[in-house]
Amino acid sequence: MKKIEKRLGKIKGFSIQFLPFSEIRDLDSTQRIRKILSIVLGNNILILQGKLQPDEETRLIGDTMAMIGHIKSFKGIELAVISGNNENEGFYSKFKSGLASALTGGNINAVTIIGPATIVKEMKRNPKKIELLLK
Amino acid sequence: MVIKIFKNFFKRIFSNIFKSKSHIKLGFYGPPNAGKTSLANRICKDFTGEEIGKISKIPHETRSVQFKEKVDIEYKGRVMTFKLIDTPGIATKIDYEDFMKFKLKKNEAKKRAKEATQGVVDAIKWLDDMDVVVVVLDATENPYNQVNITIIGNLVARNIPVLVVANKIDLKKADIKKIEAAFPEYDVVGISAKYGANLEEFYESVFELSKKI
Repeated sequence: MKKIEKRLGKIKGFSIQFLPFSEIRDLDSTQRIRKILSIVLGNNILILQGKLQPDEETRLIGDTMAMIGHIKSFKGIELAVISGNNENEGFYSKFKSGLASALTGGNINAVTIIGPATIVKEMKRNPKKIELLLK
Repeated sequence: MVIKIFKNFFKRIFSNIFKSKSHIKLGFYGPPNAGKTSLANRICKDFTGEEIGKISKIPHETRSVQFKEKVDIEYKGRVMTFKLIDTPGIATKIDYEDFMKFKLKKNEAKKRAKEATQGVVDAIKWLDDMDVVVVVLDATENPYNQVNITIIGNLVARNIPVLVVANKIDLKKADIKKIEAAFPEYDVVGISAKYGANLEEFYESVFELSKKI
């Protein structure tokens, strides 16, 4: 914990870490959130293939809140999810993406971006893009 | 044994009947400063003469879950009894320094931040207890905020009926169409909690939604 505090206290840069969905597919919710938060607390902006379940997202927010005030310099996270819009796709394409999601155990058409609020000032989102405004 | 089964069966049926007719738990959810307490206050004042909580321009004024029991809302000759539950705004980050911009002292700001983080945790815990939820959004802000999407996603996953309210329509910057475009599957009602504008449509939607539970 102290190591994390030290790292957060000396923010001079950051890195972007990509996490394929296969890395969290077999983890339970607690393990998934722990993994995500450990990456974010390491001063990284995480780009996760896929997205969390709704209850996992609220748990992530809840756990984040519990950490604020307990880990020095940690002020929370910025979070955004962008999903592939397949409304205009034909039946076959929808079936293919649905099957792929079912086989992988998550919506791999989506991308989740999570960053520490000490680095990411804001994530501006619209249906087609996410803009990261850094501090 | 048979008597016990019958007893449980009737108990369940009767409790469901009463659940659908009285004391519908109506929750107010949304990001901070969207006007959840202003709307809950407006309803409470209209039907009980009392307010539910304090409002402020400083975000996270509501830091604990607030209730008002037995609020009889009357609309077009019909009356429904609600328990109003006003929840703290849900956020993914809370920085005490943001409160200092509102001229709060460092200690006050830190205390507020601590209470606000706990408030978010409590608001999330209460999600499971709601019968109907009004998601209050600020119509002048970008609706594609992940907090809004996460709240609605959770309510859908729990089969809780949702009404999206676009508050602050009295302001020039308000854009209800943007909110409707962001949440095309939901009823969006534009209101001004501050001035009580369009509350008739709001009550009608709440009554309609309450029939679904």
